[in-house]
Amino acid sequence: MAVEERDPVSGRPTTGHEWNGIKELDTPVPRGVLMFIIVTHVWALLWWILMPTWPMVTTYTKGILGIDQRQTVEQELVAAQAQRAAWLKAIETESYEQIQANEDLMRVVRSTGRQLFGDNCAACHGADGKGRANYPDLTDDDWLWGGEVEQIAETMRLGINSRHENTRVAQMPAFGRDAMLDRTQVTNVATYVQSLSNPAVSTPQNGPQIQAGREVFLTTCAACHGEDGKGNREVGAPNLTDQFWVYGGDLQTLINTIHGGRQGHMPTWDERLTPAEIKILALYVNSLAAAKP
Amino acid sequence: MVQQLTTGERQNALVILLAVFVVGVAMAAAGGSDPLGVHGVIVLLFGGGLGALVMRSYYEPEPTLDRPSHYYDDPIKAGIALTLAWAIFGMFMGVWTAAQLAWPDLAFDAGWSTFGRLRPTHTTGVIFGFGGNALIATSFHVVQRTSRARLAGQVSPWFVLLGFNLFCILAVTGYFMGVTQSKEYAEAEWYADLWLVVVWVTYFVLFLRTIARRKEPHIYVANWYYMAFIVVVAILHIVNNLALPVSLGQAKSYTIWAGVQDSMVQWWYGHNAVAFFLTAGFLAMLYYYLPVRAQRPIFSYRLSILSFWGITFFYMWAGSHHLHYTALPHWVQNLGMTFSVMLLVPSWASAGNALLTLNGAWQKVRDDATLRFIFVAVVFYGLSTFEGSFLAIRPVNALSHYTDWTVGHVHAGALGWVAFITFGSIYTLVPSLWKRERMFSPVLVEVHFWLAVAGTLIYVFAMWNSGILQGLMWRTYTQEGTLAYSFLDSLVAMYPYYIARAFGGLLFLLGAIVAAYNIWMTVRAVPASIDRRTDVPDTGLAPGAAATPAE
Repeated sequence: MAVEERDPVSGRPTTGHEWNGIKELDTPVPRGVLMFIIVTHVWALLWWILMPTWPMVTTYTKGILGIDQRQTVEQELVAAQAQRAAWLKAIETESYEQIQANEDLMRVVRSTGRQLFGDNCAACHGADGKGRANYPDLTDDDWLWGGEVEQIAETMRLGINSRHENTRVAQMPAFGRDAMLDRTQVTNVATYVQSLSNPAVSTPQNGPQIQAGREVFLTTCAACHGEDGKGNREVGAPNLTDQFWVYGGDLQTLINTIHGGRQGHMPTWDERLTPAEIKILALYVNSLAAAKP
Repeated sequence: MVQQLTTGERQNALVILLAVFVVGVAMAAAGGSDPLGVHGVIVLLFGGGLGALVMRSYYEPEPTLDRPSHYYDDPIKAGIALTLAWAIFGMFMGVWTAAQLAWPDLAFDAGWSTFGRLRPTHTTGVIFGFGGNALIATSFHVVQRTSRARLAGQVSPWFVLLGFNLFCILAVTGYFMGVTQSKEYAEAEWYADLWLVVVWVTYFVLFLRTIARRKEPHIYVANWYYMAFIVVVAILHIVNNLALPVSLGQAKSYTIWAGVQDSMVQWWYGHNAVAFFLTAGFLAMLYYYLPVRAQRPIFSYRLSILSFWGITFFYMWAGSHHLHYTALPHWVQNLGMTFSVMLLVPSWASAGNALLTLNGAWQKVRDDATLRFIFVAVVFYGLSTFEGSFLAIRPVNALSHYTDWTVGHVHAGALGWVAFITFGSIYTLVPSLWKRERMFSPVLVEVHFWLAVAGTLIYVFAMWNSGILQGLMWRTYTQEGTLAYSFLDSLVAMYPYYIARAFGGLLFLLGAIVAAYNIWMTVRAVPASIDRRTDVPDTGLAPGAAATPAE
């Protein structure tokens, strides 16, 4: 390399290396890069001095600020609890009527309840509480176990067919599958049940079928659903004479229900939510139905 | 592929494939109905199928004696084909999973098609299938050209390429069956991991021996990066995948690491997979195909040295920033954070070195879509390395962690940097490798470029928006001190961005399909009668005397 090779564009010398036509310029590292390196390294050095960073065999450098993430979290939790204490105490101690009468507390119930409902209940009952196929609508006036705040709280606490020892139990037997009723009886009683809420079904043609179904109903279904079919909240038996259906009120769904039975499941929230959270949710769910025109 | 092998090498290949076949039979027998058994069948079909291929051509004429005076390009060509096949598969799975997030019914109520199983097929498909094959293929090309030496093995390049693809196939088919180690980007189970170790060590030896044969006094920067990629990936892979199988007949294994140490090892692996697989390897591509395409010398050799050692040193420490605000001790988080910030300068030094190399070639960037691919790759490389250091700062991470911002960041790197540099390199490599004057259709390269740019921007902007929105919704409190939004609220807010993201990904996939078509048509075209006599290794003989036996 007697004669130094220079790049015509930049005027820089090359390093003299060449690989398959690729050359390199011998440009020095730009000063900006070096300064930028100094800045980041000085910053890192400061951080190492101020904060816990370097391992020391059995311990680590604590940093002169003495900050530790565990302590930070603990302090933040204490602060958060203090912020909530003002209303939490009232929710925990006051009765439902007192809370409902207190507009400030009810504002907390609505904002907190909406978030709690979204994170715990909405997966089944929908974000708006309107339920969907096979999951009850919580915004209507129809309740399996009662719509008073106390009753809702109790349902949440115990669950339905849950693993809580005092769970609410609602077992609709599989009358068809377990051969308690034959096919004709199932169809008859389904038609009768449908006629309770749908007058259009009570045609003269259906008369004998409905009559036969009514007899089956009185001997087989009335124990839980009542002779009038209006249900029994003590055992979670739904009212069959209204327009509200969990699984559906059309003939085929009714036949399926009577044939195969229903064992709806709601988990117990006793261990997952605090008593105050259950209280808030019960008030919130109750307000969903009350808000309905 | 077999024509290039002597009878002895054909026999070696058959012995290896027989061994693969036997291992497959043993796995199938030991595994029975376990997924391991299914994988045994795949392995035996793979070994048997390739064995049949070799045997079909077994009696074909041997290569002429001037073989050493040509570069070994057949494995590279196969590697490019595999790269494109995996690109289309991996990106399709990406679009599908993205669409599932917006429309969950697209799982069609089947087990194999749930999000949890499809997602690793996307990540493995694009990172290892697309990226890995591109790295292997280009490394074989670059190391030969910059060393002016033929690859130091005839069967081993095929072993590396096809063995690596067998690993990818085992990994992806395993995910469909629910086989996973539950380690992100290291989901494949123990037997596939063991196989990859064998393949990877062969790759390392092959690469080292080829460099040892070089006829140039110096080792080019691209080869430093390829070496770093191969060496470090081997270390990472072995340490993170240390595991004990439940039995030799079952796919399931348990990692030997426990608790927070397991997390730390996993993210030391995970972050350095980004560093040495998705960064170092692709920087190697950049260092070769950028100066070749731009016809410009590298801006600064000294800057190359600084950024190489900076990147290889600092990346190693940064993994703990994936575990901010977790059970990982505070000091480990802080250490990772400071190293992540110090990493920024060497990263930007490489990006700057590449951009300044384009000085004197900017008109080519304007006119040549291939060079523009490389240019955009560099811009996204600079952008995502800045974003990476920024997100590694703990208070920033408090907002971004677990949100789509991370996903956006990864894709700014994976689409904008990795895929762009790969396509830029392939468009440079394909005409030269198949001895064509140019790509079949420069217009289609241009179409691909704009599809890819639009797809990447839509994707990344959607994820930035959704990620920051998500992070803010999760941390917003009411004045009473309770959460303002439920998780479902944040999901509802994500919905439009998820649709936009799937659309951006779809554009990117379409671009890859256009590329595959264009490359296929280029390969099919009649070779140009251009003089390629200079594109041969340095055998120490005068050009034209190459017909003499080398030894």
